[in-house]
Amino acid sequence: MARLAEFTGLLLAFIARLITGAQGHWQGCPPKAEQRIYFANHQSHLDWVLIWAALPGDLRAGTRPIAARDYWTKTRFRHWLTREVFHAVYVDRQRSAEQDPLEPLADALRAGDSLVIFPEGTRSTSGEVQPFKSGLFHLAEQFPQVVLVPAWIDNVQRVMPKGEVVPVPILCSVTFGAPLALEPGEDKRLFLDRARQAVLALRPVAP
Amino acid sequence: MNTLRTLEATQQVALLFVGLFGVLTLISAAAALASLRERSGEPSLAEHARRSRFKRELSALWVGALVFWLAWAWGPLGSTLLFGVLSFLALREFITLTHTRRGDHRSLLLAFFVVLPLQYVLAGSRAFDLFTVFIPVYVFIALPVVSALAGDPGRFLERNAKIQWGIMVCVYGLSHAAALLLLDLRGAQGRGAFLVFFLVMVVAVAQLAQQVASRWLRARPVVRAISRSFSYRAWMVALAAGALTGGLLYWITPFAPRQAIALGLVAALSGTLGELVMRALKRDAGVTSSGAAEAVTGAVGLLDRIAPLAFAAPVFFHTVRWYLVATP
Repeated sequence: MARLAEFTGLLLAFIARLITGAQGHWQGCPPKAEQRIYFANHQSHLDWVLIWAALPGDLRAGTRPIAARDYWTKTRFRHWLTREVFHAVYVDRQRSAEQDPLEPLADALRAGDSLVIFPEGTRSTSGEVQPFKSGLFHLAEQFPQVVLVPAWIDNVQRVMPKGEVVPVPILCSVTFGAPLALEPGEDKRLFLDRARQAVLALRPVAP
Repeated sequence: MNTLRTLEATQQVALLFVGLFGVLTLISAAAALASLRERSGEPSLAEHARRSRFKRELSALWVGALVFWLAWAWGPLGSTLLFGVLSFLALREFITLTHTRRGDHRSLLLAFFVVLPLQYVLAGSRAFDLFTVFIPVYVFIALPVVSALAGDPGRFLERNAKIQWGIMVCVYGLSHAAALLLLDLRGAQGRGAFLVFFLVMVVAVAQLAQQVASRWLRARPVVRAISRSFSYRAWMVALAAGALTGGLLYWITPFAPRQAIALGLVAALSGTLGELVMRALKRDAGVTSSGAAEAVTGAVGLLDRIAPLAFAAPVFFHTVRWYLVATP
């Protein structure tokens, strides 16, 4: 079963490369086996697969996505895919009073894993990057040793626009920027804006 | 030469590849030796750029030769598959460079996942009549219909033209190289590989001659806004070089020397003009050099390399097929 999951992972990475190229440009830092939180713009369901495929093979297993529990555990296949292949961290979309929604993420970070998060919260349809949600700030505060890497995913909205299911082959790239650190005593809003600017700065200039 | 003629067609083709890889090995070995010797001095920046470009071109040649050999060695199935993958990658690059809209999604799916495979199935099964008209007739009428059904009238004509051109160059054009490999001409069965080799050599020599000539002649470019290296004099040199190469290679083809010269001219003509058109397309997409595109999209410049071939292959294929079948 583990063999099958590994094979599915390789197959998905291959398909992602075939369809989009999944070029990783390590502009601000090299790919490295250290604990990181990658944060990126969010335009499509494919965003996670793209970042994952752009990572070198040996870093993939320790880098985990965040998945909404209600949607991604609904059918057995979805559950298997997110649990066995991607090792997803499940979060509840409904806020309950007794549990901090960031708790599963914090658990994963405590276990030494790296995370990929999309701080905009939802996929943007306009192409504009929306203001970041505060989760990134709280994680940065709790885990100062984890390296925060901004990433820009380019072109992916053309591959699979919202509402379509079959992707069109178009080359995409993932640009990883220089790591960012939370300054001591930095204001939440200021930090989130700085993080958003760091992601935006990686956007290639339109020709 | 007479012993060569008595060999079987497959043996002759095998010899062709031995020669091809031999020459490539020699070039690579010479380059490696030269780089060893020059290691002592510190190379200038321009020299360094020139060397890395040479290295890139050489490895592209190797890849091209390997693809060509695999395509021949695997027979009809392998060659259509290989050229199909090349087409796919080229079309992917083409579509990345053009600005498509949300309403194009279904047309693009049709192009990538229906038209491209079908065209290669037709090539692989040697159904050359349908192969010839499938895209220009059926696909070019079906695509705008799918596009219209998407319900986005904005820039309708422009968007459709872009997709159709992408298919024309990357699928229709390139599939003719695969078809050429499978073409059984009267009196030259199983020797399609020679035709492809002839075509590639002529186009490559013409292209090279044009570049060298435009540097030496320093003639005025005809269309400065599109290409700085395209001048009429350099172009004439390229055509002459193509025709000459065609003539020199006549013995590997089923043609008489005069026919080979004429066909060399045809291939050089369509190849060099095809390159010019590809430059115009790239300028339109806002890409001035393939290096800049690489940074943005991760495009590998495959389109640049296959464009002359994609333009020359259909012209060459139909000239050969029509001419050699029509004359008794």
